[in-house]
Parts: sequence; C-alpha cells; structure tokens
Amino acid sequence: MQFPILSIIVFTPITAAVLLQLIPSERMTEIRVTALAAAFFAMFLSAWVYFSYDAGAGGYQFVEKYDWLPVLGISYHVGVDGISAPLVLLTGVVMFTGVLISWGIDDRPREFFTFLFILATGVFGVFVALDLFGLFFFYEIAVFPMYLLIAIWGWKVTREYAAMKLTLYLFIGSVIALVGGLAMYFASGLNTFDMLALENANFSREFQIFWFPFVFFGFAVLGGIFPFHNWSPDGHVAAPTAVSMFHAGVLMKLGAFAALRVGIMLLPEGAQFHLPWIILLALVNVVYGAYIAMVQTDFKYVIGFSSVSHMGLVMIGFATLTREGFIGAGVQMFSHGIMTALFFAVVGMVYDRAHTREIPELGGFARAMPLVAVAFIIGGLVSMGMPGFSGFIAEFPIFMGLWNYRPWIAIVAAISIVITASYIIRIIGSVFFGDMPEQFVGHIGDVTALDKVALVVLCVIMVSVGVYPSVMVPIVESGVNGVLALLGGV
Amino acid sequence: MIGNVTTEMILAILPEISLLILAGIVLLMDVLWDEERRRGLGWLTAAGLGAILVISLAAAQPGAESVRMWGGMIRHDWLSFVFKMLFIFGAGVTALFAMEMRELGRRGEFYLLLLVSTIGMSLMASAGDLIMLYLSIETTSIPLYILAGFFKRDNKSTEAGFKYLLFGALTSTVMLYGFSLLYGFAGTTDFTQLTQIVLDGELPLSLVLGALLLVLVGFGFKVSVVPFHFWAPDVYEGAPTPVAGFLSTASKAAGFAVLMRVLIEAFPVAVPYWTAILAALSTASMTLGNALALAQHNIKRLLAYSSIAHAGYALIGVAAVSALGITSVVFYLLVYVITNLAAFGIVSAFSRVSGSDEIADYAGLSRRSPGLALMMLIAFLSLAGMPPLGGFVAKVFVFAAAVQQELVWLAMVGVLNSIVGLYYYLIVLKVVYLYRSEDEDKPVPLTRPYALALVILIAGVILIGTIFAPWFSWSEVASAALF
Amino acid sequence: MNFIANNLLTLILFIPTLVAGVLVFLPSQEKKLIRWVAFLGSLIPLALAIFLWINFNRGQAGFQFEEHFVWYAAINSTYHLGVDGLSLTMVLLTTLLTPVSILASYSIEDRVKPYMILFLLLETGMLGVFLSLDLLLFFVFWEIGLVPMYFLINQWGSEKGEREIWGGRKIQARTYASFKFMIYTMGGSLGLLLATQMLGVVAGTFDMPLLFERWTALSGALFGLPIGTVKAIAFWAFVVAFAIKVPVWPFHTWLPDAHTEAPTAGSMILAGVLLKLGAYGFLRLVLPLYPEEARFYAGALAFLATMAIIFGAFASYGQDDFKRLVAYSSVNHMGFVVLGIAAAAFAAGTEDAVIALNGAVLQMFNHGISAAGMFFLVGVIYERTHTRDLNDFGGLFPLIPVYGGILMFTAMASLGLPGLNGFISEFLVVRGAWPIFTVYTALSMLGLLFTGAYILKGIKKTLHGPLNEAWMGRISEINLREIIVMAPLLVLMLWIGVWPAWILDVINRAMAMFF
Repeated sequence: MQFPILSIIVFTPITAAVLLQLIPSERMTEIRVTALAAAFFAMFLSAWVYFSYDAGAGGYQFVEKYDWLPVLGISYHVGVDGISAPLVLLTGVVMFTGVLISWGIDDRPREFFTFLFILATGVFGVFVALDLFGLFFFYEIAVFPMYLLIAIWGWKVTREYAAMKLTLYLFIGSVIALVGGLAMYFASGLNTFDMLALENANFSREFQIFWFPFVFFGFAVLGGIFPFHNWSPDGHVAAPTAVSMFHAGVLMKLGAFAALRVGIMLLPEGAQFHLPWIILLALVNVVYGAYIAMVQTDFKYVIGFSSVSHMGLVMIGFATLTREGFIGAGVQMFSHGIMTALFFAVVGMVYDRAHTREIPELGGFARAMPLVAVAFIIGGLVSMGMPGFSGFIAEFPIFMGLWNYRPWIAIVAAISIVITASYIIRIIGSVFFGDMPEQFVGHIGDVTALDKVALVVLCVIMVSVGVYPSVMVPIVESGVNGVLALLGGV
Repeated sequence: MIGNVTTEMILAILPEISLLILAGIVLLMDVLWDEERRRGLGWLTAAGLGAILVISLAAAQPGAESVRMWGGMIRHDWLSFVFKMLFIFGAGVTALFAMEMRELGRRGEFYLLLLVSTIGMSLMASAGDLIMLYLSIETTSIPLYILAGFFKRDNKSTEAGFKYLLFGALTSTVMLYGFSLLYGFAGTTDFTQLTQIVLDGELPLSLVLGALLLVLVGFGFKVSVVPFHFWAPDVYEGAPTPVAGFLSTASKAAGFAVLMRVLIEAFPVAVPYWTAILAALSTASMTLGNALALAQHNIKRLLAYSSIAHAGYALIGVAAVSALGITSVVFYLLVYVITNLAAFGIVSAFSRVSGSDEIADYAGLSRRSPGLALMMLIAFLSLAGMPPLGGFVAKVFVFAAAVQQELVWLAMVGVLNSIVGLYYYLIVLKVVYLYRSEDEDKPVPLTRPYALALVILIAGVILIGTIFAPWFSWSEVASAALF
Repeated sequence: MNFIANNLLTLILFIPTLVAGVLVFLPSQEKKLIRWVAFLGSLIPLALAIFLWINFNRGQAGFQFEEHFVWYAAINSTYHLGVDGLSLTMVLLTTLLTPVSILASYSIEDRVKPYMILFLLLETGMLGVFLSLDLLLFFVFWEIGLVPMYFLINQWGSEKGEREIWGGRKIQARTYASFKFMIYTMGGSLGLLLATQMLGVVAGTFDMPLLFERWTALSGALFGLPIGTVKAIAFWAFVVAFAIKVPVWPFHTWLPDAHTEAPTAGSMILAGVLLKLGAYGFLRLVLPLYPEEARFYAGALAFLATMAIIFGAFASYGQDDFKRLVAYSSVNHMGFVVLGIAAAAFAAGTEDAVIALNGAVLQMFNHGISAAGMFFLVGVIYERTHTRDLNDFGGLFPLIPVYGGILMFTAMASLGLPGLNGFISEFLVVRGAWPIFTVYTALSMLGLLFTGAYILKGIKKTLHGPLNEAWMGRISEINLREIIVMAPLLVLMLWIGVWPAWILDVINRAMAMFF
C-alpha cells in the first residue's frame, strides 16, 4: 500500500475540527489560523494528487483499500480517476478560499469552522469513495452540517426556512438513492458494496430501468435538477458567504458526480433508457434558470439561479452520453465551481459593506474595490462562456456533444448564453459602475488582503484553464474514457 | 434438580446471581451509610454493574449453540448474553445519571429497584418457557412502575407511575391469557416443545394466530409500538428523567429480545402473518411517532414519541425475518440504547440546572455550555440517522434487511419517516444553537457522574458509527442463536 | 535571431499581452510612465511585423511562419498560427494603428492604467483573429476582442449624452452604445458559435486547411437534412456574424452609436481594425468553406453592399455630428469591401474576381488608415472646442491652418481622390465588380457621388465659410504629438496612392492563389 494521501486529504478537515474544539472559544486568532493551516494543507495535498495523476495511464489511482465490514462486503475503498481528481482539487481550493473569506466571522468562529470542516470531510470522501456504502456514508456527512451553518450564521431573514428546506430536500434525495443502492447491492448477488465490482455486475435490464430514476434523481437533487432545484436559490442566498461558496461551488457538483458514479456508471442500460427525457429537464434548468436569474433584483439570487442554469449544462453533458459531452461536463464542474465560489465571495464582500443586496440600490463599487470589480468581471466572462476563460473550454464540448445527439437542443440551449450575457453585463454595470448612491459614499472600504488573495487564486485558475486547457482536459478525458468503456459494453 | 446443578448452569445465570448479590450489598449499605454518604450508593451500583459486566464477559460467555438450562427455563445463548450486557450497561449508566438527583440519588430503594428490574430483564432475555417469560416480565415491570412514580410529591410523576401500572397490568393480563391459551392447547410451556407441536400441525393455525395476537399485545406494550404506545409520552414526561431513559432503552430492548425469541422460536409457522402484522405495526409506529413528535414542545415527550418511532424502525428488521434482519435489529438496539441514554442524560443534566424540560428553554445552550450542546448534537443526529454516528449505520442495516427480503416499500416508508424525524431533531438543535436567551452567561456544569457517563455514551455513539465491524459481529452472533 | 524567426507570430501576438502584464505592476499614478511603456511596448509588435513583411516570401503559396502546438486536443483543436498575404496586410495594419492610437490616447487622464491594459489586450485579440489558422482559436480571439472594446466605450467614452430606454429610464449614451455593441455582436456570434460546433463535430477537426478540405468534400445527408440545406444554414450563420461586424447594411445599427460614443482612440481602432475582422472572416472562412453557397447568394450580398454604400453615404451627408458623419462613412466605405467580395464569390477564379478582391483587401487597409485618421482629427477638434456639432464650427482654417491642411488631406483620401490611397482601392473594386455585377456597381456610383458630398460638407462646415467669431483666440493649433500621430497615416495615404505596388503585390499574389 502506498502513502495514504487520499485518506489524509479526507480526514484532515475533521481532524482539524476536533482540534479546533480544544481551543478555547475566545481565542479567535488561533482558531482562524489553525483552520487556515488545515485548509491550506488539504489544498496542497489535493493539488499534489491532481498534478501527480497520470492521465496517460488513466483508471483509478492512489487507491487504498481496508476492510470495514467484510461479512457484508463493506470496505473503506478510495481512489481518484480523471473525473474526480479535478473535483478533489476544486474542493481543496474552495475550502482554502472559503476560510480566507470567513476571516471576519466573529460569532463562534470555532463552531463555524468545525461544522465547515465536517462538511469538507464529507465532500472529499464522496469524491474519492469507491465503495457504495462509503459513498453514502460521506454523502450524508456532507448534508447535515449545511443545516447548522445556514441556520446559525446565515442571513437572518430566511435562514431558518432555507436551512430546513435545503436539508430536508437533500436528505430525501440521498435516502431514496440509498434504497436504490441497497437494491443494487442485493441484486448483484456479489455481496459487496465495492463499486468497481458492481460496475461489472450485469444487472438485468428491467432492474436497471426501474432503479435508475431513483438513484439518479436522488443524487441529482443535490445537483439542482429541475424540478427539484427549489432548495438551491433560497439555500444559496441564506447561507453565509463561505458556505454559499461551498454549496454552489462544490456541493452541487457532489450531486452531479454521484449521479454519474452511481447512476450512470453502475446502471448504464437504465441510463441510456432514461436520459433522453432527463436531458429535457436539464434543458429547462439551463434556459429557465438563466431567465429567472435575469429577472431577480437581489444580487445573490441572480447568482443562485445562475448556478441552477450552469449545473443544467453539466447534466446535459452527462445526458448526451458522448465523449465530448462528458469532457465538457467534467470541466464545467470544475470551472463553474471556481467561478461561483468567486461570485459568492464577491457578493459577500459587497453585502458586508453595503448591507443590502438589491441591485437597484447598489452602484459604483468599482472605485471602492477595484480588484473585486476586476475579479467579478473575470468571473462574469467565465459565466458567459467567453473564450479565453475556463467556462468556454467547458461549454464548447458540451454543445459539441449535443450536436452529436440532438442538434435542436444545442440551438435552444444556446439561448441561455445570450440571456446569461445580458444579465451578467447588467449586474456588472449596475453594481460596479455608474454612480455610487449617496448613503454609501465614503463608507465603503476596500477588501482585506486575505480577501484579495482568495480572489486572485480563483481568477488565476479560471484564466489558466481557459488559456491552456491541456492543464485539465487530458485528465478529465482519461476519466471519461473509463465511463465510456462502461457504457460501451451496453 | 438441585443435586444436578453444574458449573455451567451457574455460569449461565452468573449475571443474575451477581446482580442479586449487588442488590443485597446496596440494601445493606443503604442501612449502614448515613444521609451524607448515600451518594456513594450510586457509585457503588455503577461500579458494581461495571464489575458484573467484566466478570460476565470473562467467565460467562455462551457457546455457539443455544443451550437449554435449568429445566428448560433458561436459554444460554448469545442472543440473551448480548442483551444482558446491554441491560447491565444501561442500568449502570442510569445509576450514574440518577446519582445527582435530589430525591432519587440518595435513596437506596431506587438502586435496589433498578437492580431488580435489571434482573428481570436479564431473565426475560434468556427465558425459555412461558412461565419464566411471564415471571421475568413482571419482575421487570413492577419495579419500573414504582420507579416511574418515584417523586411522590410530584403530580406528574405519580400520574406517570399510575398510568404505567394500569397499562402494564392490563396488557400483561391479556398476554397472560394468550400464554394460557397456548398452554391449554399445547400442553406445555416450554418453547422448544411448543415449537415442535405447532410445527407438527397439531394445533389449528387460527388458534395459534389468536394466541399470537394476544401475546403481541403484551409485547407491544413493552416495546411501545402503536397502538400500544399511549402510556409512553405521559410516563416519560412524568417519570424522573433517568428512569425515563432507562425505560426507553433497556426496557424496550428487553421487549424486543422476547419478541424476537418468541416469534421466531415459537411461531415460525405463522411467519407470513406476523411479518405482515409487524410491518403494519412498524409503519404505524414510525409514522405516528414522528408525526406526533412534530407537535411537541416538551423535550421528554418529544423523545418519547421519537422512541415510538425508533421502535418502528427496529421492527422493520424483525419483519424482515432473516439472519441479516435479526442482526440489524440487535445492532439497532445497541445503538439506540446508547444514543437514547445519552439524550436523556443530557436532558437530565440540563433540567438539574434550569429546572425545565421545555424545548424553548434550551435556547442559547451552545453558548452556555458548548460541550453539552455538542454532545446533544451528536446524540440527536445519531437519532436522526446521520453519519458518522451509530444511528446511520443502524438504519442502513435495517433498511438493507428489508430490501433483501423484498420489503422495499417498508424500507421506503422507513426512509421517508427518517426525514420527518430529521426535521424535529434539527428544530431542537436549532433552538440550542441559534436562539438566544438571557441566561446565556449561566453555564451548565456537569458533575462527575454525568460527565463520565455522557463521555462514554457519546464516544460509543461515534465509535459504533465508524468502526462498526466488532459490534456487527456481536449482533451477528446473537442472531445466529435464532437462525 | 532564430528564436524570433521561429516564433515570430506568437511573439507578435502575445507581446502586447506581456506589456499589459508589465503595466499591471506599475503604480497607477505614474501616468507618464504608463503611457510611454504602453507606447514603446506597442512599437515592438510593429517592428516585428515589418520584419515579417520583409521576410515574407510573396511568391510562395499557402501559409508561412506556421506554428503548430497542442491546445485543446480532446476536441481536435490546436494552436495553429500562420500568415498569407491577406493576413499579413491586416497584421501590419493592426500593429501600425495600435501605437498610433496609444499615442493619440495621451490626452486621457482618467484611469490611464486600466485603459492602456485594455487597449493592449484588444490588440492581442485582433491579431489573434488574423493569425489564427484554427477555427476554434479564431472564435476565441474573435470573442475576446469584444470585452476590452466594451469597457473602453463604457468607461472612457463620451461623457455627455443620454439615451432613453424602455420604461422611460435614461442611461448614459456610452452605456447604451457599449451594451448594444456587445450584445449585437455576441448575438451575431451565437450563430457562428453553433455553426463552429457543428463543423467541428462533423469534420472532426478545427484546423482550417483540413477543415476546408473535409467540409467541402461532404455530401449526402446530415442530421436528417440534405447536406445542401445544412450548408446553407451554416453559411448564413457565418455570414450574419461577419455581416454584423463589417457592418453590412442592415446589420449596421450598432455602429453609429459605438463609434460616436467611443473615446477617440477607441473609434480609431474600432473603425480601423475591428470592422476589418468581419471582412477578414468573409475572406478567410466564408469563401473557402462555402464556395457554392457564396456564389448562389452573392447577388444578395452585393445588393446589401450597394445599399450600404448608398445609404451609408446618404446618412453621412445628413449628419450634424462630425463624429457620426465619419461613423456612417465607415458603413459607406466598407460597403465597397463587401461588394468586391461578393463579386469575387460570384465569379470565382476569373481575373475580374481577382481584381475585385485586390480592391477589397486594399480598401480594408486603406479605410483603416483613413478612418483612423479622420476619427483622430475629429477628436483633436473636439478636445479644443468640446463640441462635435458641425454647425458650431465655421471657417476655422485661418485659426488652425496646419490642422486644416491635414484634415483636408485625410478627407481627400477618404473621398477617393486620385493620387491618394482611397482611389486605388475603390477603383479596383469597381473595375473588378463591373463585369460581374454591373447594375449594383452602377448604383454604387451614386453612393460615391454622395461620398464626395458628405466629405466636402464636413470640411466646408468646419474649415471654410465665414469665421465663427466665438472661436477666435480660443482654439489652439494641432500640436506636435498629434502631428506625429497623423504622420505615418499621411505618409501611407500618399505612398499607396502614388505607388501602391509594394502592398498590392503582396495582396495580389495572395488573392490570385486564393482560388
């Protein structure tokens, strides 16, 4: 067994959470520094794993396997492939920047970081899990801290409602998927939860067709698929900044990823049967989500709905079941994750100073916080799919996949590009340019150095992938080859 | 048979004998020690129970096969052994919790009754014939009636004890009638012989079913499933909190032990019938328990309804009559006992300081005592079924057992109900963590007994949730006794 | 030396970005330092472009100085650069106009650093379009160029002026203009995007030389439709996108606002180079990919081009705002480019087609020079008088004779006076198109007539006639920096007008090999 780097990545956050509990709650600085150190460590290791991943060899790497409950075939089995490696990196980056952005929290920061880290462990765990039980185990760990984080530190107006709605929605989805998982376990007759073994289980066609919707939708709820997306905008808006970053940036990818891993990869025939109509739901996500985003007046709701729209693209990419579609979806998960983390960070910075998020009431913030404005513009360009940035690298192949599948869907989905462009430009103009309203003049300070570091990190990543896609695409491609092999056997 | 008492037989009832001896010591010390030192009774009981646990594990472990002893009255097998250890553990923890309560902890009678009830439970778990079964049930219940009403001057407590007594008397009468029918038709009270007779087809099925239904009334009461649950909320609310904790955990577990043993050993022929009945009872319990819990604003009542719901979840495993099913039930009860004891322990610790059991009064607990709040978080999330806590694994196994037996709909019901459960557990946690109160600067100190017990319990919850293989194999061995 | 020669195109393409990167680290208050670093930095690509021009082998067919690197291998797109005669001309134009525009921007005082950074990034975007030999890369640079332009108009455009939008809300004219520019162009590129995706999927590559072969070789049915239908749809998708950019009438309505509200240097680059991107797209992509469709629809295109020439001239004549007048003149002049392209499409391979193409490409270059010059001069007078209304001027020649002379010279070039560059290109277009589209060419003469009208109107109102007393003593002469800005443009206007061979030769050989 090699150096257990993945386990270290998975358990660093929760270990840090335990350590944080030992620090007295008045010692705010020590708490924050410890949290940052842990986050940096996790990010560093996840970058290590990412850049050490051998795209040529493909398959699952950094594999670790330990017995957990052998009599039921449950093992602690982890590994990354080309699709999960970028997502592990994404989690590390968002965790790190999230801690930086949360530096200013002064109401029980110890508990805040504790719960955030429990969440992070859950997320890491799902991305690397190769055992179905383990996947569910970590998946649920990633759900419940959301309730506490939003209800306690969120936006006072809607936090309790949004937190409960989000938690229940996600929990419903995951337990329904769990039943599906159990069904797979028993139907395979292999007495194992090991996903690699289940990939070759040869479930009957009827079984797959029956269970695929349960499993897929159970997880895709977290991905925000229409019509089960309703938890997402309220959840995004009510959550504190770092939690929104995590939520939109990483958690929604968790849902899509699990839908891929458990739904599409383990039940390929069921996928082929159902995805044609699922793609229509995802199309609704894309276009309708963009349209709804356009008519919002609350800055954060715009971003929230735009996440619904962009995640729709991920699911469209999956649903085409083509090579290009999967590649695009894989890159989009990463690109959108970084982009939306940046968006929410910026929204948080604006709100902390202006104490309002209503777009008509804002204006002229570029003079007060120029770097933030530039960062937001870059994020906006990624969101629009502007070439030169990671969003384009992600969206283009998805559309290519659509052309291979149903051209008319590509044309309809392209409408969202124009809608997105228009609302992004509108927001940039309304919030950052123009005249600053009277009550803000002289009261809006620039953001802290830590905030700037976070923004720069996120921007650099988006531009790098956009300008030089080879830094990400080959790895994703190798993962996609693995997925296609499972589908090809059908 | 007195002359043929072997060491084996002694060892088979070693726990019970030791408990009896401990009871005697407690009684003695109660007389000898004055008011001041009577607190020590609690430590004595707890330490004694701990010692019994160790001794039993060391010396009295059963073999792989279920052995009939003492003329068939006692079964010595892993099923009974695991449960016995559970009861003893639960009693020890209860003793620790009760130590600090004014009218409870310094009364030797309390500990005595506790121990006697534990003896009864141990015998219940290992009962091999109808008479022993009935005797042990009564031995368990009667002390519990008294313990529930222990606060003589508190109206609620008295009401609780009385209600419990009436309900218990009624249901055990019905159950006894069922037993007598069985004896009347079969001519024997021994389970094994009973099984044989039923299997041979000498008894008409309708009679068997009739008797079964009557018996289920008694068991249903003990386990507090719908529709035999009406006593639970009032009794839990009125009884002293450590007693409520003991009731909701050890007593319920004992009920499950006999339920499983009787149904599977004595009524295998009626499996499809009682499977359906249990599935119905389970559904009703889960649904009603969770639904009613939503409306509660007293935390003990909430926990009472949640216990009813949990009984429902555990019944799923029983309804899935299989090795995995029984294993999952034993595992579930293991987790449930620890978790629920922790929950009641926390409630007890809090009410000591605040004097209230209203959920609204828990506001600001996370600032008053972050450690206690965290333990409450862990306990409640385990009840909700969240990883990495024991409750998650327990639920997964129970649902897995259902799916394996093609009872997918039951698993779905369970799954949807756990969502409802999550809702009200989160509401409580929301009050603890989010809401503010003026008492925020008054900490909630934990005395040593509480701290010790809670730490053990919470650690157990986390441990069982993560490293569950050893506990699972225990449960497996226990279920092997029935299959 | 070898390194430079081997990577010449990449250097030309990315040195502006590099300079922009250097600017990021300079302190924002050091305006002079920033301006000079930007200006001198922008001279480097010019020097390299001249080097490229000299070392370009005009006799050789195909693309030279090719560079081919991995970029987005998963979808068969590579970093493929190369020049032929057509793109070389455009590269020269771009690298020439950028330093000129930067020098013209020295009067900008507000947020100099971001301004210069955006300008340099814009240069990379434009160069990328001209140098790219991979369709996806082409699209990337096409879109990238939009962003800096948007901000240049939006943030540094004319401060005066308001437009009313739906709901009775009033926004600044520059906000309106920039938004319209961005959305209009992006809307146009949407079709281009979809068609590009489709091409990539169907042909399995984005590399232009390969693409040209494979796409034209396709036959049968595609997506359940006959290949002809699919190609026609894709053709129009491309055409609309480029037509918006050129702009071809009736897709031109973004242009007057954008040109008028943009800052002076922004208008120079917009008119000078950005419009040529559209025409370049026609030549580089539309004609090779869709020869039959182009031939089939060439008449329609020629019609639109003629309308552009005529209506552009009419509209120009009717303006009171000097800048708007020049803006519409771009529509008018670019119409000739499109007419030439349409003619060439219709009669591909004939000598007339080659002549028409020569004219079109040269017109692209010439108009770039003269439009940039005209916009600059309008900017010069605006800075002094703070008005662009022609009626406010009057007889300024005696007050600012040097300016007047330069203005007349440039205006004559714009008008197409023989001896200056405009004449050569317009003549070639007319000569080439006459045998092919006689009627349209004849009609466009009408436009040419009014071209003269509006140019003379502009000069008359500004320089001639009775002196407007209000300006006496209040208007300063054109200064040295401004003259230096105009100098290379004036030289080129004369040089090409008198001896065009040096550039026509390059263009001609490229166009002759085009088919």
